[in-house]
Parts: sequence; C-alpha cells; structure tokens
Amino acid sequence: MIRRSANQKAWWLVLPVVALVAFNAVIPLMTVVNYSFQETFGENVFFWEGTKWYLQILQSERFHASLLRQLIFTATVLAIEIPLGIAIALSMPRRGIGVSLCLVLMALPLLIPWNVVGAMWNIFALPEIGLLGRAINALGIEYNFTRQPGAAWFTVILMDVWHWTSLVVLLCYAGLCAIPDAYMQAAKIDGAGNWQVFRHIQLPKLKRVLTIAVLLRFMDSFMIYTEPFVLTGGGPGNATTFLSIDLVKIALGQFDLGPAAAMSLIYFIMILLLCWIFYTLMMRGEER
Amino acid sequence: MRKIKWSALAPAAYILFLLLPIYWLVNMSFKTTNEILGSFSLWPADFTLDNYRVIFTDPTWYSGYINSLTYVLINTVLSVAFALPAAYAFSRYRFLGDKHLFFWLLTNRMAPPAVFALPFFQLYSSIGLFDTPAAVALAHCLFNIPLAVWILEGFMSGVPKELDETAFIDGHSFPSFFVRVFIPASGAGIGVAAFFCFMFSWVELLLAKTLTSVAAKPIAATMTRTASTSGYELGLLAAAGALTIIPGAVVIWFVRHHIARGFALGRV
Repeated sequence: MIRRSANQKAWWLVLPVVALVAFNAVIPLMTVVNYSFQETFGENVFFWEGTKWYLQILQSERFHASLLRQLIFTATVLAIEIPLGIAIALSMPRRGIGVSLCLVLMALPLLIPWNVVGAMWNIFALPEIGLLGRAINALGIEYNFTRQPGAAWFTVILMDVWHWTSLVVLLCYAGLCAIPDAYMQAAKIDGAGNWQVFRHIQLPKLKRVLTIAVLLRFMDSFMIYTEPFVLTGGGPGNATTFLSIDLVKIALGQFDLGPAAAMSLIYFIMILLLCWIFYTLMMRGEER
Repeated sequence: MRKIKWSALAPAAYILFLLLPIYWLVNMSFKTTNEILGSFSLWPADFTLDNYRVIFTDPTWYSGYINSLTYVLINTVLSVAFALPAAYAFSRYRFLGDKHLFFWLLTNRMAPPAVFALPFFQLYSSIGLFDTPAAVALAHCLFNIPLAVWILEGFMSGVPKELDETAFIDGHSFPSFFVRVFIPASGAGIGVAAFFCFMFSWVELLLAKTLTSVAAKPIAATMTRTASTSGYELGLLAAAGALTIIPGAVVIWFVRHHIARGFALGRV
C-alpha cells in the first residue's frame, strides 16, 4: 500500500467525476425526495403530504411481503454462491493452458445482457420445449415454473447461481493466486492437511476478496429486476415479485408517484446502510 | 495423478452447467419456430440460418445492435477518461473529505436502477436528450464511473510512487507526466476498467429501455417488443439473444490475463 501525502489540490483531479456523477445522482434523487412528500393530480400541481407516503409504505402488507421475498432470495443466493464459488476456485488449475480457457468460459454468463439471461432461462426451463423442464419432468417430478410458485423460486435461484457464481469464483481465484508459494510449501512441510491449509492459510488470505464478493453479490441481488421479470414476470401471482419489480409496477405501471418515491428512498437507504457496514468493516481490515 | 483428475472434475462440471443454457439458446436459433414448438430434439433437425438472415437484413433488428454498441462505447470512453485523474488523486493523495467522497461515489453503484428510472426519464427529456444514445451513455455513467474509479484506484496503488518522483525530477509537468508516463504504466488497469464499463453498460437494460423509444432503441428492448407484439417468434428471439453474447466474448478474450485480478478490483 502506498503512503499518501496530504494535498488539497487533488480536489481538482476529482472535480470532473464529482460534477458528472452529481448531475446524474443528485438531481434525480431530489426529484424523488420531492415526490415522496407530495401528492399530485397531474399538470404539475403538488400538495404537501408530509410523511404520509412513508407511513403508508412502511405499514403496507404488500411492501412487507416483497421485502420478505427479497430477503429470502438474497440470503439463499449468497448462501449458495459464496461457498460454491470458493470450492470451485480452490479446485481450479493455477497454471497451464487450461487457465485462460477456464476463466473466459466462466466469465461468459457475466457478459450476457440481463434480459437475454431471463429469456434464455425461459426457453431452457419451459416444460414443453426446454431442456431443463423436459429433463425434470422426465424424472417424474411435475415441474412448471409458470404455474407452481415453488418451481418458479427454484428456477429463479438456479438462474442467479448460473449467472453470478462466476463472479465469486474469479474473485477467489485472484485471491488464491496472490498467496506466495512459500506459504503453501511451509504448510506442507509442517504436515498440514487440506482442510487445515484452507482454514489457516487460504481463508484468512481470501478475507478481502470475499468481502468484495459478498458486498457486490448483496447489492446486485438486492436490486435484481430484469432477469426474474423476463423469466417469471414476478409470478405466478406475486410469488417472485421482488422489491425492484414491485417498485417499477408502482412507479411506471400505476404511476403512483408519491408512494413509489417514498418506497424508492426506503429501499435505497436500506441498501446504503448495509453497504456502509460492509464498507467500514472492509476498510478497517485494510488499515490493520 | 488420480488426485489431479478428481480436482479437475469440479470446474469441468461447473463449466458444463454454464454452457448448457447457452447451448440450448444457440440450438434454438438454428431451428424454425415451427420445429421449436412442434417437436423436441437436442439438435436442429431442420437446420436453418433464416433467423440470422432476418436479423442482418431487417433494419429494425440490426439497428438495435448499432444503437447498443454506440452508447456502450461512448459510455466506456467517458467513464474511463473521467475516472483516470480521480483514481490517481485517490491513490496518491489525502485531501479534505476523501474517504467520504469515495464512499459517496460508491453509493451510486449501490443505487437500484429502478429508483432512478422515472427521474432519469424526466431529467433527460427536459434537457432534450431523450431517445438518443448520449442519454443512455450519460445515465450509465452513474454506476460505471464509480466502478472505474474503484478499479483504477486499486491498480494504481500498485504502481510505485518512485515513478512519479523520478518523472518530476526529470522535469515533466503534471499533465505531461500523467499522459506520457503514468497512463502507459497503468495500461492493464485501464484495460480492465474499460472492460468492466463495457460489460455493465452492455448488460443493463432497465435504464436503457426507459431512456429510449424508437430512434435509439437498444437491441435488448427490440427483443422484448418483438416477443410481445408478433406472438412467439422463438427462433428469431434465440438468434438475437445468441448474437448479444458475441461482443462480450470478444472483449473478454482481450483481458483474459488480467480478468481475475480485475474482478478483485485490483486489490490483491
């Protein structure tokens, strides 16, 4: 790590970024804040409503339900993707011609537009024409993700695991490659088993990349919209309506600006708070 | 020997799992819609290139690719160009509020696009950029600039500070040092940052769709519209989807040696 010197002129270097991001972030955010305290009947006439929309959202069962679904979804995906990603990164070759090929193939799902991911899984999992749907039904299990909430959840989670586990793999792989060979040799001489090497050498060294992995996966799974929307449309019923899907329904579907804005801010603040906790933990680890 | 074989099994099985849905998509893109709906086969029985022919000859289809690539490229150039000096400042200097500023930038990477869809629509309509590639390119800066700053800062912290000091002793002014010495020295980081900006701008759809209607419609939006209006043209949909994988695969190949480190944001 570089020792950084104090220099207030550095602000000039940061200024262009601040200006552009502020244009994109502050103006729209102020619009949202504005709407969240007002009622409108169109034609730019607004009435002050105070905290009415916030109370309405915080007390609405619909919001509680989609928040609960969101939390279950995010927790499940993290619980599968993080261990699976570590396991695959551990078993990957470190050198040789296979490495580049492995990395490129694994990164492929990350570069597919999100609606194509949804569409792809749609035709992959449909019971009549999809490979997955056919295969599961051939095993004697009735499976139709457009009708059964359980099957819809299974498909959405499997799709997310397919889409994002590679991110965890690539992060952990980078972390593992950065461990000096001497560490591993020393462990071998001391007669450490695979589990002991993992527990006492590899896992501590992976701490920083794992924090980034958890942070990114938490944020992105918490804001997930396009993939489940294309795959299930939030259904059957409301079974897979996560927070973003619900929000877009209210904002652009029903055009209820006030409640949508209040919900946006509550949603944003939740993510912000959790990420701030992660970020502080990460930075503390870095300074030590 | 045996142990090596066992450990190679896990990545192999994982890659197989990754490729199956992609194979299915490509498989369908070579079938006619009738064959897709009428029969079930693991490979196209009645192999056809018609789906691809339609996409490459019909302007409503191929203009979608051109629009998408246009805003993605503008966004990549903008994001990296703006992020470079900022990342340098964060990696080299302490200044008033630097940590808070860095976190504030990151918060924009954490903002759900769903929150910004409606206000962005109003903002870009009011400045007359609605339905242009520029609107999408600028809007995507919201999350790509913070990301680029984050990645570049990680890589730049690995460039020794002696490089700066020697250059200044050699009589370089700051701009000349930055362009002639520092940017070439952080080439890998710039490549990786550009790759990630490309990636996130390419895969995002919610904002891109909200900010365009006809003239600048991205390929992803063309796909959803065709699926809903003219019934299920699955073969065509599959071909369009398969084509969206290609740009990503091409860019990935260029950064393959740095990709693992890139995902770790240069911080390993």
